[in-house]
Amino acid sequence: MSKIIKLQKGLDINLQGKAAESLVELPLAKEYAVSPLDFENVTPKLLVKVGDKVKAGTPLFFDKNNERVLFTSPVSGAVSAVNRGEKRKILNVTVEADAQQESETFKTLDLQKASREDVIEQLLKSGLWTMIQQRPYGVVANPADQPKAVFVSAFDSAPLAPNMNFVLKGQKENLQKGLEVLSKLAAGNVHLSVNAKAEGEMTSLKGVEIHSFAGKHPVGNVGVQIHHIDPIAKGDIVWTVNIQDVALIGRLFLTGKVDMKKIIAVTGSEVDQPQYYSVISGAPIASLLQNQIKAQPEGGSVRIISGNVLTGKKVEANGFLTAKASQITVIPEGDKYELLGWIAPRPHRFSVSRSYFSWLCPKKEYKLDTNVNGGPRAFVVTGLYEQYLPMDIYPMYLFKAIVANDIDKMENLGIYEILEEDVALCEFVDPSKTEIQKLVRDGINLMIKEC
Amino acid sequence: MKGLRKLVDNMKPTFVEGGKLSFLASTFDAFETFLFVPNTTTKSGAHVRDCIDMKRTMFFVVLALLPAFLFGCLNTGLQVGLEGFQAFLYGLIRVLPMVAVSYIVGLGIEVAYAQIRKEEVAEGYFVTGLLIPMIMPVSTPLWMVALGVAFAVIFGKEVFGGTGMNIFNPALVARAFVFFAFTPQMSGEKVWFSDWKMLGATDATTGATALEQLATTGQMQWSVMDAFLGFIPGSFGETSTLCILIGAAILLFTGIASWRTMLSVFAGGLALGYLFQALGVTDYPAYYHLLVGGFAFGAVFMATDPVTSAQTNMGKYIVGFMTGALAVLVRVVNPAYPEGMMLSILFMNALAPTIDYFVVEANINRRKSRIKTVK
Repeated sequence: MSKIIKLQKGLDINLQGKAAESLVELPLAKEYAVSPLDFENVTPKLLVKVGDKVKAGTPLFFDKNNERVLFTSPVSGAVSAVNRGEKRKILNVTVEADAQQESETFKTLDLQKASREDVIEQLLKSGLWTMIQQRPYGVVANPADQPKAVFVSAFDSAPLAPNMNFVLKGQKENLQKGLEVLSKLAAGNVHLSVNAKAEGEMTSLKGVEIHSFAGKHPVGNVGVQIHHIDPIAKGDIVWTVNIQDVALIGRLFLTGKVDMKKIIAVTGSEVDQPQYYSVISGAPIASLLQNQIKAQPEGGSVRIISGNVLTGKKVEANGFLTAKASQITVIPEGDKYELLGWIAPRPHRFSVSRSYFSWLCPKKEYKLDTNVNGGPRAFVVTGLYEQYLPMDIYPMYLFKAIVANDIDKMENLGIYEILEEDVALCEFVDPSKTEIQKLVRDGINLMIKEC
Repeated sequence: MKGLRKLVDNMKPTFVEGGKLSFLASTFDAFETFLFVPNTTTKSGAHVRDCIDMKRTMFFVVLALLPAFLFGCLNTGLQVGLEGFQAFLYGLIRVLPMVAVSYIVGLGIEVAYAQIRKEEVAEGYFVTGLLIPMIMPVSTPLWMVALGVAFAVIFGKEVFGGTGMNIFNPALVARAFVFFAFTPQMSGEKVWFSDWKMLGATDATTGATALEQLATTGQMQWSVMDAFLGFIPGSFGETSTLCILIGAAILLFTGIASWRTMLSVFAGGLALGYLFQALGVTDYPAYYHLLVGGFAFGAVFMATDPVTSAQTNMGKYIVGFMTGALAVLVRVVNPAYPEGMMLSILFMNALAPTIDYFVVEANINRRKSRIKTVK
């Protein structure tokens, strides 16, 4: 075991509604959805029309920018709708599930003998390729590239994040296979970063370089881990895969079938019984939250987030689970005025600033709502973002370079190393209420366009 | 609260776009957000946000200024021969017009600019507006205060784009403007003492400030304790090092001001003070510099302004140290003007971006070479 990499910077936001370690198997829902909007810079081109019969693993659409990248159905059934938004932009494709589930058949490749190209082909055809994310930029990996290395984080440190050791209990074989598949793809190593405080079975996985991390969120973010293992320089390409998706990839290569069953933690202060659910990817939110949302006071409503409170996506009650989510969080909406709130002592509010009292009770679990708690301002406070980004980067200079569209500076100051999720805490603590994640995505999109 | 909210909601349509008074939208918004934390919710990105905002940040700076402000009231009365509560009351009445002028002129200009830019009114002036009367001699005529404020807000801040974009500390710009534009009125001994005859105030026995005495004779007529507690003539809010330290404690505890800057300013001042003492240039102890004049006030409330000071941690050490050292250098070496803090902070404001530039360049180079060594 190598030495533990200990990070001093960061913040664990202690929220109400942590999932109890019990698992509920949900029955098959009526409809499942695949959305191109869950991926950055994908221009979908449909391969099916409403009414078409599909199996799990049948392609629904592909990416116009990279025609080999297919997006496949998670279930078998009939395409029930192609939902479009403004300018006929495709929002999602829904599939009505059959009672009897069938999958397209794939090879159970012998990885010793199979070529890299065979492995890539199998991943592309099954649609599981879309689980592989490229850094820099956080887009779906390009099958024509050969990455320097592949990085997997074996734990999630975000607020109320699922315990991956629990989620992946009994999946060791799938994980092992999945990691073998990934090691076929990379020029260098597959790096697996484990939680030093709760390694679980992860350290017994073979054929990977294991790194042990300790610290506060964002220590579980793969981007932060890469920074401390082997940072991304200009021209480098590395790939990352979520740990649960590694198991799904392993399952495909072991069984030859697309089985998108995964485990989702349903969390948050407004959930009656926060716990884990076993569902198929793209499941309707309603199936996970049935009779689970607490009654709200008059005039109150809730925010449902597919993902965690820092980086997740707002979804409607009739929406669907997003592709990369491994949790759902439900918190109260904060659309209320508060008389002289900025000057009041507000003893029950959470803040990293000592102008509130939350520093007195570090163990307390908080119920946070979606209020911005202020208006947007120019950057004023300095030295704050640095404390929540455990990288050798000057975040404010990077953000200002993005505002100024200065590509050279963005490159030099570290745009290749970060994604939205890595700066989410900066956005959380920011007294100027800047939309930092959106800013970073704009900067990355500019880089993609110009380079 | 509900009634008040209803009132605001009823007025709102008049001020939003399309309403009769929509040209006052920023003003209305400023009042509304003063009364109520707005009900805006997050749309993208982090769904939850920290409770701190710019209003609360600035409020805590004002809170930190209060001990020095209240002591300033007392001291103003004491300096004209009054005692106890009467002295405090005298000082309070003496300074309130200055505070009022500072806020009315300053906020008026701020709001007008926010209106033109169609932005929300920034809170920076809450602090600046109180700082300005505190760093002026108490007898500064109100029209000079008004001119100084107008100059500072327009040319010190708004021309650069408003709060967060300015290069120089606006309060010090006001002070410097008044000092250099009206030098005859602003120098001499009388200006440090209030000239109002009320509440039984007598003609003050005016005399040189501690700083002037140290510069000319190397001694001062007050004890170290008096200087520390603040019973000496000087600008309204700067005299009591004790009260300023209470403010410093509030700022450091809440994390609003940078301890790096603050500590380095004191370190820089002491270091050069001791050097001069060791060289025999001065024959009073180095820590005198921290007790008299505007050194402590500048170190705690002005040099730590996050916008105009250095923005990198390393830069904060360097800029802070140089600010303190330069202030003492000006005080000791320059014969014409005994106070160096104002010019020193303004000078380092100008230099801070350059120092930050080199710190960031070092980071860029380190990041580049780091990647090479890993490979």
